[in-house]
Amino acid sequence: MIAGLKLHGGVVVAILLLLAFAPFIIDWIDKPFYLDLVTRMVILAIAAASLNLILGYGGMISFGHAAYLGIGAYSIGIPAYYGEYDGLYQLAITIIACGSFSLLTGYVCLRTKGVYFIMITLAFAQMMFFALVSIEEYGADDGLVIDLRSELPFGFSLENSVSMYYLCFFILLFFLFIIHRLVNSRFGMVIRGSAVNDSRMQSLGFPTFRYRLLCFVIAGVMCGVAGWLLGNFTNFISPEMMDWTRSGELIFIVVLGGAGSLFGPVLGTAAFVLIEEVLSGFTIYWQLYFGLFLVAVVLFVRGGLDGLLSKFSRSDK
Amino acid sequence: MDGALVVVQLLNGIQLGVLLFLVAAGLTLVFGIMDFVNLAHGALYMIGAFICASLTLALDSFLIAIALALPATFIVGYLIERVFICHLYHRDHLDQVLATFGLILVFDTLVHMLWGPAGISYPLPNWMNGQVNLFGFVDFPLYRLLIIFSGITVAIGLYFVIVRTKTGMLIRAGASNRTMISALGVNINQLFRYVFATGAMLAGFAGMIIAPITEASIGMGSDILLIAFVVIIIGGIGSIRGALIASLIVGLIDTMGRSFLDDLMKLFVSNQAAETSAPALSAMLVYILMAAILFFRPQGLFPPKTR
Amino acid sequence: MALLEVNNLHKSFGGISATCDVSIRVEKGELHAIIGPNGAGKTTLISQLTGDLESDSGTVYLDGKNITRLPMHKRARLGMARSFQITSVIDNMSVIENVMLSVQAQSGHSFRFWQPVSAQQELTETSHEILVNVGLQSRSLHRTTELSHGERRQLEVAMALAMRPKLLLLDEPMAGMGSDESIKMIDFISSIKGGAGILLIEHDMDAVFKLADRISVLVEGNIIASGSPEQIRDDKQVRRSYLGDE
Repeated sequence: MIAGLKLHGGVVVAILLLLAFAPFIIDWIDKPFYLDLVTRMVILAIAAASLNLILGYGGMISFGHAAYLGIGAYSIGIPAYYGEYDGLYQLAITIIACGSFSLLTGYVCLRTKGVYFIMITLAFAQMMFFALVSIEEYGADDGLVIDLRSELPFGFSLENSVSMYYLCFFILLFFLFIIHRLVNSRFGMVIRGSAVNDSRMQSLGFPTFRYRLLCFVIAGVMCGVAGWLLGNFTNFISPEMMDWTRSGELIFIVVLGGAGSLFGPVLGTAAFVLIEEVLSGFTIYWQLYFGLFLVAVVLFVRGGLDGLLSKFSRSDK
Repeated sequence: MDGALVVVQLLNGIQLGVLLFLVAAGLTLVFGIMDFVNLAHGALYMIGAFICASLTLALDSFLIAIALALPATFIVGYLIERVFICHLYHRDHLDQVLATFGLILVFDTLVHMLWGPAGISYPLPNWMNGQVNLFGFVDFPLYRLLIIFSGITVAIGLYFVIVRTKTGMLIRAGASNRTMISALGVNINQLFRYVFATGAMLAGFAGMIIAPITEASIGMGSDILLIAFVVIIIGGIGSIRGALIASLIVGLIDTMGRSFLDDLMKLFVSNQAAETSAPALSAMLVYILMAAILFFRPQGLFPPKTR
Repeated sequence: MALLEVNNLHKSFGGISATCDVSIRVEKGELHAIIGPNGAGKTTLISQLTGDLESDSGTVYLDGKNITRLPMHKRARLGMARSFQITSVIDNMSVIENVMLSVQAQSGHSFRFWQPVSAQQELTETSHEILVNVGLQSRSLHRTTELSHGERRQLEVAMALAMRPKLLLLDEPMAGMGSDESIKMIDFISSIKGGAGILLIEHDMDAVFKLADRISVLVEGNIIASGSPEQIRDDKQVRRSYLGDE
């Protein structure tokens, strides 16, 4: 059992160490492209972690989570369009915009359950997508190109890719820590209980709606921060970022990594990005194999990668 | 405001509604009876269009192409059910969503492999291309009228089958109580297969008849799927009647909204404000409508009686 | 003032009345049993009392307060606890986590985000005590999915007790239990009598006549008789429609 725990914990620690020292390793092997890859991976992991909070722990299957990536990115893009590059100002817009959007849509969505919930979250995200696509001023379909990354205080420059990477990495660690505290707190127990048996929780005396709504908002804002990072990272902001296929990918990442486990999102994102990179190197029809892989994961892999690791861990008893 | 324009857009709205109904009907049936969320439903819409496109170009006859493409799409739907879908009925909705999401990628890529990345357009026979004069002052494309007509015919046909035949009775019973109909000794698996394949064929039919106007393209399935889901949410998942009414409402609001919202807004705000925000607002209109309806009736307008 | 006062409660589905003009009183500390054949409307009645179902007409007063239109969670906060006929616990959590949730629900709001619940003694100690009372302490760290049917029923009751209720609604607590487990449950319910008021729905006549201070008989949505166990046993109408002539 102890040996098994070491396996599970060991893999996670190994990945975290790899990520922590990535820029140095990448510099040493002189493949700068990989820094882009891991930065993107870390940003996606933050988004996945935020979705895991509501989906994995809370049972709220949002098919519109990528909307927050988009909103966060546009909170960089739109001010930049007007010449405003102050990072903290843009971050404030991200938080307010994502907070409001999640509060308003969550209020409607959370009154529904099951498939209705999935579809409504999807529909709201598409609503934002179409709204942004029709605004000619901000590039519509073609998107916005921004020249400069956000300006942050204390001379911390995001133009430096290593700095950019470490900002993302530390935010990932920070958010994972917050999620860890959240899900084990009283608040987290209410969320987790409502995910499994909402009416029982209500008959115990919990007004579950308000807790779930708050959780929904927290996740939305966290994902918005990921979007803020993404907007800085790519310098190109388009409505595609919030397309429903993006949301589907996020769900897949969470499930692949293991929904409801703390490091599942990290495992899932790593696997997802690696598979995507490898497959697309082989054939332009990689999405066919990727789709089949997705179907296979759903049919055969329960509990995701984290579950698999745990199974190997437990079998060492 | 031009009266003729209003009538034209009204008819366009009905045409869109009818098209949506053809797609939504299969979707809501499959969910209502098999409790199955099928994100890949749009793929059948796309596949129907491409099959019909190839056949039209090869046989030089739109009508024969449709006559052949319909059973072809039925068979494709049947096979998809047999190979993938039937293993997912007992899984929870999240799994179904993810698996069918994967299937979308598979089918989009397959179409890319078979037909190339560009869309295919195919012509209508000449006699379908004209305009018809309605009510003395409106000219409307004949083909769009034909679409409306065929959609209504299908709706009536569906009504007939569902309300007046034994199969339909099983379907209605199945929508409210699955265990009951299997207890009656009906071969559930076959029933599901046929329901799925029929839904696929209807979606394919929609794709076939719209593609001459919009061209058969790879993204078309996903585009229509989302609105179809909005339609069945508004109409009540599992209800054909709900799907019909919701389709018409959505079709009308979307079409009329895009055409007239800026004019309407100019009555209240400045011309410039109206022109910049109208496109975005009209794109959002259908979703706002959905949110509003769900706020007051979370189960949709006509939810079938629960199991 | 009675602890629970139900006046002329009515609920129909379509054209069929599930509960019709039902009136009941439960006094503090008493155990009032509801018996009746299957389909008599017992579950509907409980659902109306807990707020799961909205009544068509009639009123419900808990400790003098009108709770007829209050949502479920508010009634729970006012002191109404319920155990479910079909065991409903929070699966995939441990036994003690389930009880801790019940305790947590009664201690203020849960907008506390930082401290893990496992470190909150006011939750863990109280829950452990309750588990000892119910006899489940040895299973406290097990997942609920690992429990036997009888143990799950015990957990149900433990969770209801953890709410420190004024009124305990027990919906067929003996359902699906073997004779040994039933005896344990009867003894247990006996031991908690006198504290909260208890409304007991049961089929097990042994249990009912052992435990009840008063009994009401529900047949086809109507209360046809109400009184002490002896009165009910002797009531001709009850014997005819339910107990069967002996």
